[in-house]
Amino acid sequence: MVSSFLGLINHFLEWFGDLGIFFWRVVRAAVTPPFEFHELFRQLDEIGSKSLPLVALAGAATGVVLSLEARYSLTRFGAKSLLPAAIVFSVIHETGPIITGLVVSGRVGAGIGAELASMKVTEQIDAIEASAVNPYRLLAATRILACILMLPLLTLAADACGVLMGWVTQALSEPQSLHQFINAGFNGADFNDFLPPTFKTAVFGLIIGTVACFQGMRTKGGAAGVGRAATSSVVLSSLFVILADVVLVKIILIFFP
Amino acid sequence: MNMDTIDQVAIKQETAEKAGSAPAIAVENLHKSFGSQKVLDGVTLAMKRGETLAVLGRSGTGKSVLLRLIIGLEKPDSGSVRIHGQDIAGLALDQLADIRKKMGFLFQHAALYDSLTVGQNVAFPLQHHKKQMSESERSDRVTTLLAEVGLKEDDFQKMPSDISGGMQKRVGLARALALEPDILLLDEPTAGLDPISAGEIDDLVLKLQAEHHMASIVVTHDLHSAKTIADRLALLDNGKVLIDGSFEELQKSDIEFVKEFLKHS
Repeated sequence: MVSSFLGLINHFLEWFGDLGIFFWRVVRAAVTPPFEFHELFRQLDEIGSKSLPLVALAGAATGVVLSLEARYSLTRFGAKSLLPAAIVFSVIHETGPIITGLVVSGRVGAGIGAELASMKVTEQIDAIEASAVNPYRLLAATRILACILMLPLLTLAADACGVLMGWVTQALSEPQSLHQFINAGFNGADFNDFLPPTFKTAVFGLIIGTVACFQGMRTKGGAAGVGRAATSSVVLSSLFVILADVVLVKIILIFFP
Repeated sequence: MNMDTIDQVAIKQETAEKAGSAPAIAVENLHKSFGSQKVLDGVTLAMKRGETLAVLGRSGTGKSVLLRLIIGLEKPDSGSVRIHGQDIAGLALDQLADIRKKMGFLFQHAALYDSLTVGQNVAFPLQHHKKQMSESERSDRVTTLLAEVGLKEDDFQKMPSDISGGMQKRVGLARALALEPDILLLDEPTAGLDPISAGEIDDLVLKLQAEHHMASIVVTHDLHSAKTIADRLALLDNGKVLIDGSFEELQKSDIEFVKEFLKHS
């Protein structure tokens, strides 16, 4: 019992140690030439443009649910006039960023994990290395950087869809123009309400990209290994995104009260 | 010229002199284990340019691991691997890259990039290391390389999954030759191929060897293939080189395992 617990702790520490070494190699590769701009642009499209429909749909669904739930609660407390502000603030502050983080960790985490794991087990990553090309630069740095750059932009899309569908849902119950809704929703809001929650998703991107690339590039075994890498990429990156969110919200509240 | 520069020039000259006289590949007292499993136990080999060595042995005797150590994909537990006189142990990835540009590696299952076409696979090393090449020069080079390994222009746009195992090996060989290496490492080039395709690959390796005059190491189970393409044969058993010599020397050997191996091949 004690030895299995110690084994688990040992495995956990080993995993973090390996992740640290992996991350250091990626950073070192990323800041030294040659830079892989072609692959970076391909990944920006793969991770950004191709995630947009899913993120927009998730943001829109969140807006609808928030509008329905908030309307019911606020009406009970006689604060129905606060509905636009409640929708806008909850979408921009929390639901937009976290929904985007989780949707991207599902779609992109699984994609990167499975792709790199498959390349690993078929020796394609070894072939890249044997061709005198640094796989940390070509495969990992480009994907991680693309995740960091695209997450805030995808969050903006999720926020916009959430607010828009929140208004549509509200307007279907009680006619209100979009202009009125936006004015009421953003009344009293400033950049501190908007920028820190949006840019915290860059950290989510760093987590998703790093965990997925790490799990993919350390895979062992055949098809089963690829499956394990894809699953663990999604599970671990989602878990770390949620944990990072807790820490980042606290930091944002301290520095941007 | 200041003192630093003079020292640097002297070091470069010394390195160049060493490289000129040093064997293309020198493996010395190489040890490698994976966990408790000892794979290589003091392997020593040396090869000069223009020579072809076939490494034979039973499955799991560390033949492929030896190739991976030579190109730096694995790190030895102890011992040294010298390429043109330079020890590659302890070099970082980017330092190793300069040495790897002079080496070509054909993987056992070709390891073609499955998201790239046949032509793009061969162009991959050129795109990364011959940036001064124009698009048309690169395209011409790819055409020449693929023609050299016997592929037709119709095949260039095919994906690796759409071509046969033999063709994949040819493409892998073309990719390995893209940077005009002076060392070629072939991991089971004829494994899994029918006898005719295997014979064609052997002929191709012989032709490339004659044209490019490289130092080649071929890992194989196939004694017939080894006899055809290699100048020397080395037989590995239990992580050690049992014998390293010509096929005739292998035939004359009194070592029991060598006799057994030849009898069953």
